[in-house]
Amino acid sequence: MTKKPWISLGGIGVFAVLLLAVAPLVLTDHWLNNLGKYCCWAIAAVGIGLAWGRGGMLVMGQGVFFALGAYSMAMHLTLETAGDRIPGFMVLYDPLAPLPVFWEPFRSAGFTLLAIVLLPVIVAGALGYALFKRRVKGAYFAILSQALAVALAVLISSTIRETGGDTGLSDFKYFFGFVLNDPANRQMVYLIAAGLLIVCLLAVWQFYRSRFGELLIATRDAEERVRFLGYDPANVKLVAFVVSALMASIGGALFVPIVGIITPAEIGAAASILMIAGVALGGRASLFGPALGAIAVGWGQSSLGSTWPDGWTYILGLLFIVVILFLPNGLSSLPARFTGRARRTPVEQPTPAIAAAELEEVRS
Amino acid sequence: MTGASLVVTDLRVEFSGFVAVGGVSFDAHPGEVRFLIGPNGAGKTTCIDAVTGLTKATGSARLGETELLGKQVHKIVRLGIGRTFQTASVFDELTVLQNLDIAAGLHRRSVSLLRARRGIDPSIERALEETGLTGELTTPAGVLSHGQKQWLEIAMLLVQDAKVLLLDEPVAGMSQDERTATGELLQRIAARRIVLVVEHDMDFMRRFATRVTVLHQGRVLSQGTVAEVQADPQVQEVYLGTADAITEG
Repeated sequence: MTKKPWISLGGIGVFAVLLLAVAPLVLTDHWLNNLGKYCCWAIAAVGIGLAWGRGGMLVMGQGVFFALGAYSMAMHLTLETAGDRIPGFMVLYDPLAPLPVFWEPFRSAGFTLLAIVLLPVIVAGALGYALFKRRVKGAYFAILSQALAVALAVLISSTIRETGGDTGLSDFKYFFGFVLNDPANRQMVYLIAAGLLIVCLLAVWQFYRSRFGELLIATRDAEERVRFLGYDPANVKLVAFVVSALMASIGGALFVPIVGIITPAEIGAAASILMIAGVALGGRASLFGPALGAIAVGWGQSSLGSTWPDGWTYILGLLFIVVILFLPNGLSSLPARFTGRARRTPVEQPTPAIAAAELEEVRS
Repeated sequence: MTGASLVVTDLRVEFSGFVAVGGVSFDAHPGEVRFLIGPNGAGKTTCIDAVTGLTKATGSARLGETELLGKQVHKIVRLGIGRTFQTASVFDELTVLQNLDIAAGLHRRSVSLLRARRGIDPSIERALEETGLTGELTTPAGVLSHGQKQWLEIAMLLVQDAKVLLLDEPVAGMSQDERTATGELLQRIAARRIVLVVEHDMDFMRRFATRVTVLHQGRVLSQGTVAEVQADPQVQEVYLGTADAITEG
């Protein structure tokens, strides 16, 4: 227990060297850009690992927070590209229409960065407070969060004039003054994304080794018991949920300059589930599992998904089933299986403890 | 650590019309091992649920001057009321130390939660010694024996520095030796705290109780020392077949 965190820290170091030093040297511009995209998903995935793997909240609608970051960034980049004029797509529908009021503050770079950080914190904070204090959990929480992602995607689709609708926002030329066409600048954006992924991993590493991390696992496994130790489990979950939302937003914000387009399809139900898929595949409760899983799923999607689109869905589905059936703790639990370490720690049994369920019965 | 007693007056709990507890009064003081007994469905556990805020109730339950009813569960805990459950509910995936550390965290500032643990709280070491779990410090709680899990729960209450320990069938499923050890542990603890035990096991009750309250169908049937309660003809009637078990042995 005392040594293991430092091994993980070393792992993050190796990961950082690979992403920040090795990858830019060996990968082509095209694949480096792709890797940048996977990093964005991985940042969101690290947050999901915290909320779902350690906190037991099945966050099926992280697309909502991904969207908050992505659209904040996209609005700023669109305005930066348009300069003093009204953004192109708006002129298309109504040449005389003024800029929607909520776009105006996104002209400011500072406001945009602040929005990327504060919007998810406020939204997740209010949402989490309302849900967790009312003890909404399990499948109800999952469905609710998923429904929110669907609702937001529909809302964006139906407001073409204000948000670009299904076509989304694209054709960004500048990124805070840097020309996005320049390969050097694209590499810089990649390095920011990779760097932030490392920062998120470090943050989660500290969470996991802290007392809060232990408390979070305790809350996941026996929420009622935690209540009887004098904590309000709602607050514990709220912190994890808000942090995961923040990470999703950061991932979304960097997704925009790297990919060059954001549409409702990237934030809706399917996209939100794909984020979860990577986390489940990699190992939701482990430190590296979510990030590596997300990168793997992203890579599969752009390589196999483009050469064999029909097959890729089935492969992903099959992989998902196999992992859930045989490796409920994800691919990252594979090494432990072989060394037999798993026998000592009873991680085999998945999350819900019987005692917690029985407590629920007592209450009803 | 002296003084404050737990005083329950006219406690009533209804579940959509069904009266589970109908006006129960009892008190418990530091220094005694207080027992709450009665046949199945007598309302023993419901009493504890009411006092700890798990179930809505009317009447009054006071610790010293403080009214407990109507407060939120975790706030009642912070007032010093700790409880265990019929099924041992420890955090299986965490080690004994981590379990105890979470229990001790009650009195820490929330910001300090973001730091990793350095060393072991003295209160945790004392509780480990008291409950004989010192050797199991790094064992995941999930692989402890049933008896050890119950002791871990009691140790968590000690670390929490609970003034009142409400124990719901602490010796259920334990071996005879473990029962004796548990009883002696409770007697030691009770010197400085209020210990209230809900129990089915008459033998255990006889050996370790200082005072007993017998509940039957949500009401107090009898109250007093073990000898007094055993001599009560009403109690014998309620227990019918088991009446022998009470008076003999």
